[in-house]
Amino acid sequence: MSVLIYLIPISLALGAAGLVAFLWSLRNGQYQDLDGAAERVLFDDEDGPAG
Amino acid sequence: MNAGGPHHRAPSREEILLASCQVAKNLREVRLSVPGIHCGGCLRTVEQALARLDTVAEARANLTSRSVIVRWRDGVPPPAMIEALAAVGHAAHLGEAPRADKIQAELVRSLAIAGFATSNIMLFSVSVWAGAGDGIRAVFHAASALIALPVLVYSGRTFYRSAWSAVRHGRTNMDVPISIGLTLAFAMSLYDTLQGGQHAYFDAVVMLLFFLLIGRTLDHAMRARARRAVGDLARLAARGAMMEGPDGTHTYLPAEEIRPGMTILLAAGERVPVDARVLSGTSDLDRSLVTGESAPQATAPGMAVEAGTLNLTAPLRLQARSAASESFLAEMTRMMTAAEAGHSRYKLVADRAAALYAPLVHSAALLAFLGWAFASGDIHRAAEIAVSVLIITCPCALGLAVPIVQVVAARRMFEHGVMVRDGAGLERLADVDTVVFDKTGTLTSGEPQLRQPSATHLGLAAALAAHSRHPYARALVAARHGPAPIVTDVRELPGRGIEGRCGSDVIRLGRSDWVLDAPRHIQEIASSSCTTLSRNGACLAHFHFDDRLRPGAGAAIRALTEQGCATAILSGDHIVAVADIAARLGVTQFEAGLLPADKVTRLQMLAAAGRKTLMVGDGLNDAPALAAACVSMAPSDAADVGRQAADFVFLRASLEAIPFTLSVARRARTLIRQNFALAILYNAIALPFAVAGLVTPLAAALAMSVSSLAVVANALRLNSGRAGKSGRQGRMLRRRTPVVQFAE
Repeated sequence: MSVLIYLIPISLALGAAGLVAFLWSLRNGQYQDLDGAAERVLFDDEDGPAG
Repeated sequence: MNAGGPHHRAPSREEILLASCQVAKNLREVRLSVPGIHCGGCLRTVEQALARLDTVAEARANLTSRSVIVRWRDGVPPPAMIEALAAVGHAAHLGEAPRADKIQAELVRSLAIAGFATSNIMLFSVSVWAGAGDGIRAVFHAASALIALPVLVYSGRTFYRSAWSAVRHGRTNMDVPISIGLTLAFAMSLYDTLQGGQHAYFDAVVMLLFFLLIGRTLDHAMRARARRAVGDLARLAARGAMMEGPDGTHTYLPAEEIRPGMTILLAAGERVPVDARVLSGTSDLDRSLVTGESAPQATAPGMAVEAGTLNLTAPLRLQARSAASESFLAEMTRMMTAAEAGHSRYKLVADRAAALYAPLVHSAALLAFLGWAFASGDIHRAAEIAVSVLIITCPCALGLAVPIVQVVAARRMFEHGVMVRDGAGLERLADVDTVVFDKTGTLTSGEPQLRQPSATHLGLAAALAAHSRHPYARALVAARHGPAPIVTDVRELPGRGIEGRCGSDVIRLGRSDWVLDAPRHIQEIASSSCTTLSRNGACLAHFHFDDRLRPGAGAAIRALTEQGCATAILSGDHIVAVADIAARLGVTQFEAGLLPADKVTRLQMLAAAGRKTLMVGDGLNDAPALAAACVSMAPSDAADVGRQAADFVFLRASLEAIPFTLSVARRARTLIRQNFALAILYNAIALPFAVAGLVTPLAAALAMSVSSLAVVANALRLNSGRAGKSGRQGRMLRRRTPVVQFAE
């Protein structure tokens, strides 16, 4: 029983961290171009992404 | 996509500047739609071609939306982006401005939060169901309540808002029973948690929210994508025009700032921005998008031209007659708004179901409460059972039944180049029994075609015609095979024709009263779909032109007839041209010479006779009719306002998209009905158990998930071809020829 006192907050905190990470990636435009991102990984530019 | 079609027009730099917006750090940004992007290689080509331009600061191409966002330093003229992209083989035009979709962002956030809450509360619930002790159960219920409350407020507000607005207007929709069920279940569970009770439904509350939000989010994303795709089509009307000031200076003004009396300089290939009168210059006008007339018209000074008319052959000076807000286009928009009233009378099938369903469920819950209260005298027990009735019948499956099918149907249409702008349009389309077509630009491609492709002297005519942009000249060039004689000293006289020299002879091609020294046949001059070739004033040949049918027009009409639809043509063109097309397609009902208001009247007469009409049209003059019809469809090269008015927009040239869309819509209607049957069956089974007080939170959670999955799985059958005996045949046909998918 006493172990739950800290295990429950930990499990909730981990879940919340995942949620925050998702919301951040959403806000950051990570889902703007899913098809393009799949292709861009194959570009082998020396100096980073084009533009 | 008709990017290279006859109506395509590259935007001028002034227009690009007008469409761009200022972003941070002295940068301007514009979004170009590049429909040709289809692979990673294209991304690189496009970005590198733009990055090579001096003033471009950043170019980021997007494969999903087939567009590129270009930023350049503010203060310098916009870089030659369209030209740079054309040089690497990509046609580009101005797209919709990048605009954040607030509703979608809110829905996705609500969905993510509901998903988080569902998984965490479910963890607690599983251990409670597994038989946790009293102390642990109380702690877990309290933790669940703490998670569920903010989620109910944040993720549930979509439903509360919609339910409240429905109730305030004295209506009911699906969100009313959902909101009542969610609130009562939460309140009851909270009360039980505080009292140390055994059952809490927090898991059911958040799971219901999560499932319903999936449906809502998919539904919204489908419409947002269609809206964006339609918005990205090349605009036909210019955003502005080059004006000549009283002192002879030239300035580029947005169309809204043009005032009556101002002088407009209209280059060949541009569209008239506002209603105007010709001051000087001679040219030919293409009014097909405005009035439906297929034959080009020669201008004369003083002639009135409507906004939207295309100037074909030579520059014109025009005097604006009215402001943009009072132009022909604005008049069409007003008629559309008036005609749209018919649409709003249609009640969505989900709302019709809710109107029957909500009173039924709520009275069942109330009866269960009263029955148990009187029978056992235990108010708390009675309330618990009433809440379990509400939860078990909460229309989770019903809430998903319609949107899931519509999303799957829309996706299937999207793959075949048909954009669904509204789920309600899909429902209305399934009921259609009459299809009404516009002629010019819809049944026909709007480009003339030579009637006698093997005419004598065609080579000579084509050699002259190669110097003109007139549609007849282009048709002659397109019909020519083999070598052409050399023609020199060619000059074009707009409104008359083309003149050139072949050796010592003077060759003329154009209107017969100008081409011939002594025009003999009066009717030849009157006949506008004819052009004459002469040598030294003596007639060599007449060339007659037909409207070219859009690909698939005949097959589409036949397929529609097979599907049990009547077909008709309503056109603004002359009776001869309409009768000819109708005869070629086998359409017996047609009317010609109709004004936009006449088309609306005809559609209203059909509606009064109980017919459900699908209007297919492209022109400005069709826009009010598109709004007046029960459901409407427009090709992607339709006038801007028509595209915005239509429920469906098809991107590919072939009209076979129409029977295909109709058959998908009808199949979607069948699946929606099956889904309702599934949901009702589930309720009929579950309700007695709930009323008898046998439903625990575990049973409620299981029943809810299973019924939702059943509905979703049924909707996905739309993807797997047709049910029944034609199923296998249909699939085989699709595999061989992916474009001809309408086969019934």
